[in-house]
Amino acid sequence: MASRARPLSLAAPALAALLLALVAAPLAAVAWRGAGLSLGPADWAAVRFSATQALLSAVFSTLLAIPVARALARRSFPGRGLLITLMGAPFLLPAVVAVLGLLAVFGRSGLINGALTALGLPPVSIFGLHGVVIAHVFLNLPLATRMILQGWLALPAERIRLAQSLGFTPRETFRHLEWPMLREVAPGIALVILVICLTSFAVVLTLGGGPSATTIELAIYQAVRFEFDLSRAAGLAGVQVALGAAAALAAWTMARPAGFGAGLDRKLALTAPGGWRRGLDGLVLLLAAAFLAMPLWAVVLRGLPGLAELPAPVLPAAGRSVLVALVSASLTTVAALVLALAAARRPSPTIEAAATLPLATSGLVLGTGLFLLLRPFVSPMSLALPVTVLVNMALSLPYLYRILLPEARALQADYGRLADSLALRGLARLRWLVLPRLARPLGFGAGIAAALSMGDLGVIALFAGERQATLPLVVQQLTGAYRIEAAASASLVLVALSFALFWACDAGGRRAGA
Amino acid sequence: MQKQLLAAGLLTIALPAMAETPVLTVLTYDSFTSEWGPGPAVEKAFEATCACDLQFVPAGDGAALLARIQLEGAASDADVVLGLDTSLISAAADTQLFAPHGKNPTTNLPVAFADPLFLPFDWGWFAFVHDKTRLPEPPTSFESLAASDLKIVIQDPRSSTPGLGLLLWVKAAQGDRAAEIWKGLADNIVTVTPGWSEAYGLFLEGEADMVLSYTTSPAYHLIAESDDTKAAALFDEGHYMQIEVAGKLAATDQPELADRFLDFMLTEGFQAAIPQTNWMYPAVTPAAGLPEGFDAFRPAKSLLLPPEEAQAARDAALAEWQAALAR
Repeated sequence: MASRARPLSLAAPALAALLLALVAAPLAAVAWRGAGLSLGPADWAAVRFSATQALLSAVFSTLLAIPVARALARRSFPGRGLLITLMGAPFLLPAVVAVLGLLAVFGRSGLINGALTALGLPPVSIFGLHGVVIAHVFLNLPLATRMILQGWLALPAERIRLAQSLGFTPRETFRHLEWPMLREVAPGIALVILVICLTSFAVVLTLGGGPSATTIELAIYQAVRFEFDLSRAAGLAGVQVALGAAAALAAWTMARPAGFGAGLDRKLALTAPGGWRRGLDGLVLLLAAAFLAMPLWAVVLRGLPGLAELPAPVLPAAGRSVLVALVSASLTTVAALVLALAAARRPSPTIEAAATLPLATSGLVLGTGLFLLLRPFVSPMSLALPVTVLVNMALSLPYLYRILLPEARALQADYGRLADSLALRGLARLRWLVLPRLARPLGFGAGIAAALSMGDLGVIALFAGERQATLPLVVQQLTGAYRIEAAASASLVLVALSFALFWACDAGGRRAGA
Repeated sequence: MQKQLLAAGLLTIALPAMAETPVLTVLTYDSFTSEWGPGPAVEKAFEATCACDLQFVPAGDGAALLARIQLEGAASDADVVLGLDTSLISAAADTQLFAPHGKNPTTNLPVAFADPLFLPFDWGWFAFVHDKTRLPEPPTSFESLAASDLKIVIQDPRSSTPGLGLLLWVKAAQGDRAAEIWKGLADNIVTVTPGWSEAYGLFLEGEADMVLSYTTSPAYHLIAESDDTKAAALFDEGHYMQIEVAGKLAATDQPELADRFLDFMLTEGFQAAIPQTNWMYPAVTPAAGLPEGFDAFRPAKSLLLPPEEAQAARDAALAEWQAALAR
């Protein structure tokens, strides 16, 4: 028993410990330097607002993703594959780029207000809590859709056939097949979105409309940079992690394994009901595609004019970013696979926490803490790229873990005993069982991790040297120097590269899994 | 074998140190060192005279600089900190990490500025920038701006130095009426962004009629884009100033070199690079004068709270601002 699982049983706890240490150690370092934890009276308002907007964003993203994923799962139409691939794109946009793209549609001189004005109606404003939620749904709906779609595609053909032969109505299909699948998949997805929105900074502040939209992360900024009150920064960061932990616990208790059992891997789509349901699916897909594609198109249009005259530093920065992305995506994929396989064998709250909490850490506290911890020993500048890789890994692992977990569970439930009885273990098990069966989610997840690591500025600010700028940093420098057009083009390069990396991994996974 | 490798490795690390070119480390904000900032030109000009290696270490923006210095304390590798501004000087002085510069240079600042620890290298006036073609007659005071239905974007005083500058501007111009002014402005403010670049981007995208920036912002569009449609609205009550300064760290291991850099900072080689990279007024006007557009919007009156007063007024002003804008 013990011998069979040895590599995993050692690697997974070690990884979980490393991730938890990455959450706790910088926080402790900041708290130690600030001599304690404290909170100001205004901070609770920030905590409330952060939690509210994150909860709303998570609920709307997940609920809206369900009809979109279902329509994609049961309808076939030309361009379906393209639409599914494009679904990755919004999630990969840097926050500021996404906001500008959304404004081109929802802003004062955007498409919607243009149409309203033409109809003689008063304009609507995107600034406020609703704007924050719209932006978070724009960013996260595609991810949620893709993850739920995986769930639909993983329904065994045998169950679908059984449902068909029993003459299930759409309502009964939902109750007996789709609901159990959603019950397994959806809480984890909502959790990841909630936690990522909890720490969202630029989106909330830019679209929030004013100081009533103060988040925990902004309060941390203020504490560190204007007051140098490290104990308050640590206190706020602690609250943020605690909220993330509470959400993780809630999702963990809500999720139920669907327990469909193994099938023979024959391809069979769900019966696509006709009539008004057909029209509704079409409408859902059309609306989702328009909602996601219009801001993306605006990003492309903004970036095109300056593309011919890209500033020289963009190229080497792009090279560095791609390198960082590839290295951190490889590390993340291995780490997430180890954790997901271990969690599939035996549910573990520790692994669950380790694969969630990095998302809930404050970027600024993480960076400051690492800086405090490492500086006595090495020059921070010499560590810029390794630290970026490490932090990117910790921050993208939760997505990958979430993507892998349901399928790793199914793999363990369906094939675990067979593989054990065949003494299929170690590398052979990986080669003949795990990798082929998990190729699709692995490809998708690796793509997400690579693209996230491209776009993420992370904590590099405290570690950045003179000549180590990554592409997101160059974009930031360009906007800081009034070069808005060049910045838009550099952003387009960033988005295109992220998307190319994502597409390569995703398509690779789908081909290997087919 | 392994020992040889180790020795070779140690040698490569040690070699640059043995060359004994003194290194001057200047901690500064990010946009100073970028390809489009003054950094590259300044580095070239100073290294031509100093027989040293000038290394810029970028650290976010002005406020991040101060936090970085406090994090590092006396153990900092930096010799000079460049890029703090007038609203941060008092807090920076309180850290006791800076050494007096002992200089008394002549500058072209419109107000008297003398600080024992910090020397100015550039400055500007905050102003609301607008597009003349869309807004031919801009408001001429906070009062008329508040009374109008114009939409403006400002920066958050808790995360951005221009945002903090606006807070002090309203305080310096309106005193006890500041809270009232903010209440009047509340319905004009479209949104509050984390930093300058987001706000300016929103303005250029047409999300607002005016944006909080500098009187020299239109000059960028004029010179770099041959676009003369941008203008800064001049307010009757005067314009608050931002003076950017540099100081020598007390714990520096290169005190002479740091002094030479501070001297160099107010000479042509540094100052001439400022207008068209930082888009601010140089502290000492270069021999060739200022580029076109820099004289287009000159306020009649300059406002500036002394550093201690600015520091003391900050918390109350911030509370006022939050209360007025929390709808």
